[in-house]
Amino acid sequence: MTDIAIDTPSRPKGWLPGVLTILFVAVYSWALLIAEEDWEVMGLIALAAAVVVLGLFTGLGNKVKASWSAHEKPLNLGALIGVLAVIFTLSDQHFPLLMLTTTLLYFLASLGLNIQFGYTGMVNFAGAAFFGAGAYTAAVFGNVEWFPPLLTLVAGGLVAMALGLLLVYPIVRTTGHYAAVVTIAFGVLFKTFLEVNEILGGPQGLMVNSMRLPGWDFNNSPTLFGMEASFYFNYAVFAAILVAVIFTFVRRMERSWLGLHMDAVRLDETAAACFGISIHRTKILAFLSGNLILGIAGALYGMMISFIAPTSFTFSDSLLMVSIVLLGGMGSPWGGAIAAAIVVLLPEKLQILQEYRFLLFAVLVMLVLLFRPDGLLPRQIRNYFPGARNGQ
Amino acid sequence: MTNSLLEFRNLTKRFGGVTALDDFSMHLNRGEILGLIGPNGSGKTTSFNLLTGIYPASGGSIFFDGEDITNKSPRKVYEAGVVRTFQRSRLCLPLSIYDNIMIGDTSRLKTGICANLLGRKAFRKQYEETFEKARSLVATFSGNLADRMMEPVGALPMIERRRIEICRALISEPRLLLLDEPSAGMTHDETDQLMTDILDVRARGEGLSIIIVEHEMGVIERITDRCVVLSYGRKIAEGSYAEVAADAEVQNAYLGVD
Repeated sequence: MTDIAIDTPSRPKGWLPGVLTILFVAVYSWALLIAEEDWEVMGLIALAAAVVVLGLFTGLGNKVKASWSAHEKPLNLGALIGVLAVIFTLSDQHFPLLMLTTTLLYFLASLGLNIQFGYTGMVNFAGAAFFGAGAYTAAVFGNVEWFPPLLTLVAGGLVAMALGLLLVYPIVRTTGHYAAVVTIAFGVLFKTFLEVNEILGGPQGLMVNSMRLPGWDFNNSPTLFGMEASFYFNYAVFAAILVAVIFTFVRRMERSWLGLHMDAVRLDETAAACFGISIHRTKILAFLSGNLILGIAGALYGMMISFIAPTSFTFSDSLLMVSIVLLGGMGSPWGGAIAAAIVVLLPEKLQILQEYRFLLFAVLVMLVLLFRPDGLLPRQIRNYFPGARNGQ
Repeated sequence: MTNSLLEFRNLTKRFGGVTALDDFSMHLNRGEILGLIGPNGSGKTTSFNLLTGIYPASGGSIFFDGEDITNKSPRKVYEAGVVRTFQRSRLCLPLSIYDNIMIGDTSRLKTGICANLLGRKAFRKQYEETFEKARSLVATFSGNLADRMMEPVGALPMIERRRIEICRALISEPRLLLLDEPSAGMTHDETDQLMTDILDVRARGEGLSIIIVEHEMGVIERITDRCVVLSYGRKIAEGSYAEVAADAEVQNAYLGVD
């Protein structure tokens, strides 16, 4: 969380290291998603560890980094194509697709938290509550016949944003730990409220109608090349595209004056105020836009799993989301992708770990904070237009 | 319209039982460089903090260009054209040189949500303009730094950081610059160079007024038109450097009474 890695300006890098990375990650994710035996999963984890060590000590990692910043747009698009390719190869397998989509939606949620926590320094320990607010909104609006499901998604985000509006006043008035406590209190209150509220199903929860777009019912299994695909296929494709769109906007936000002001507020409020930056506006904007993303992610998640209950959105789930941001690297959107994969897939894949997942993540977060405090994929210095003449 | 750009009228600040600034009145003429000196704890930085709206005043008022700006928010004071540097460097260390300087240019940047997220062409135009402007400002202080605009400030030595801090203050073309101990942590020669650079920038623009808090008397003697001396929150002397240096009360405050 201190210094940001310096890009040594050297000769412009080719796109090859970036493309090879995408290929490797795609094949790796595919293998991990279909692996069933414990030894296969262990082997894949060992492989990942070996690749990371190799990347760190041979300079390969820096090559990839340089390649990525020189050709960011095409490589980001390549990454999306990679994800879609994995989805297509797994198109008839329910469980791997469910895992993959869950990872994508947690990644999406981490993008929202990243704006609040990583950029602006506002810790939000109620991430799961806002995620849940989106899911419950989807449940309520999804039952209204005339209400278009795509708008339900937006409504999920807006409701999470509106709840954020309730919290914003005490959060903006407090700083640091105190603001964090406000969010913890809200998260706990939210779950209790759901448990006692009969209209929202109480402790039993609610059914959520599936996503429907004109001519595309997500409940139907599409037929691909004569094979019947899993209905999760719909959600996986939709989530991948949604993540890509929101990722683009989060990046733009980071690489704009808004992102600059968020950093300034996080790093030194007094100095920021002395140069005319409105602390309140910046914090409100960050908190609300983060919540919007959390709510959208939650709404789609609810539609996908089709049944939600208060126990899905507890304080521990909020902690899990915060640990995704910490693991991946504060302010590093791509770091969130890796961390979300670890946090979602690892306990599902290694059944022996299931019971100990929170212990595992606690240890993992501590290790990362000790040995790699900037996260697995540390944030790079802000480059407003990567690929353009670097540093002009 | 009076000739003074800034006026303190009976300004008072109490922190609990401690009176940090006691009935302090002074003025700053347009285009003047004023030295604000005094022993440690005499209220110099406190007056900066009152002026920039970080602390509310306990009494008295502050007029900037004829307008009452007492207890205005830091943002309003900045928008009126007052900027400052800090005693302890307050740069954003993980951010690049360019980013840090842009933090000082808030009044000119378009910060609308649509302008930043959707209108990337217009954004890029502003980015390129400000980049050139920031770079040429940095180049007056250090040609070497101007080629490293995208590097993090945290990797730079103290002198360079101070230069960046001054560039951040100057980028918005302010009317009043407050320098809080610019020589702290720097060698004599470095300070000298820094002062020359500041005077250069000032000579190019029109009518930048400066208030400088400083312990290095060589700097005060060299660049100030006039000095105000504080001791225990009270003004004890005012005049040219030679005058205040000869003042018996000032000598007592600094050296103690025999």
